[in-house]
Amino acid sequence: MAGTMHEESESIATRRMSLIVTKGTLDWAYPPFILATTAAAMDFEVNMFFTFYGLPLLLKNLDLKLSPLGNPAMKMPMAGVHMGMPNMASMIPGVDAAASKMMQNLMNKKGVASIQELRDIALEGGVKMIACQMTMDLFEYKLEDMVSGPTIGGAATYIEAASNSDINLFI
Amino acid sequence: MADQTLDARGLNCPLPVLRAKQALLGMTPGDTLEVLATDPGSVADFAAFCRVTGHALLESACTDGDYRYRIQKSVTR
Repeated sequence: MAGTMHEESESIATRRMSLIVTKGTLDWAYPPFILATTAAAMDFEVNMFFTFYGLPLLLKNLDLKLSPLGNPAMKMPMAGVHMGMPNMASMIPGVDAAASKMMQNLMNKKGVASIQELRDIALEGGVKMIACQMTMDLFEYKLEDMVSGPTIGGAATYIEAASNSDINLFI
Repeated sequence: MADQTLDARGLNCPLPVLRAKQALLGMTPGDTLEVLATDPGSVADFAAFCRVTGHALLESACTDGDYRYRIQKSVTR
């Protein structure tokens, strides 16, 4: 019986990917969800491990923001040119919120999926999500505040998933 | 002729591939899916998607910025 199951899994040769998700801003939320959904679409078994600032990406209510502060590469296309923002501007209340809104509008206009949409597709596609227990405890997050699907785990859970994976990414 | 058509025009990476996967899931093995897209990155992406998943990319064409693909669903997946 066990032998048969082993042979079956050998013949299908499931490929696996693991990702450590450490950043939770509107811009940095994209790479892990884009790669996880695409890998799942390409028949990979995917494990996402959410830790530190990546953990809020599992919250039911996403309110993603970004900051142009300390990011000279962030230049928005405006009237045919690319405009950056001086660091000083981020200190003014409302500026980061406005920049986030601007990015969101740009993404909608360009046919870029929302993080909510990619997260839904990931969950529907069987992507396994692991919420870091230590971060939950540290920042006082509760599993009931999060979307249904993720399980709780720690470093050893991730290492086991990573040791069985063909691709391992830290984002 | 394709058995099903997916209009992914105006969508950006990774949506054309994700929508194609969703469409293929509901199809019969051996049937073909036509995908319309405007994302120039989709040329390389659909080729890679098909190489990895085993679905056959029967056609990859471009006319005036509109891309058209025909994918035959694998009989083994």
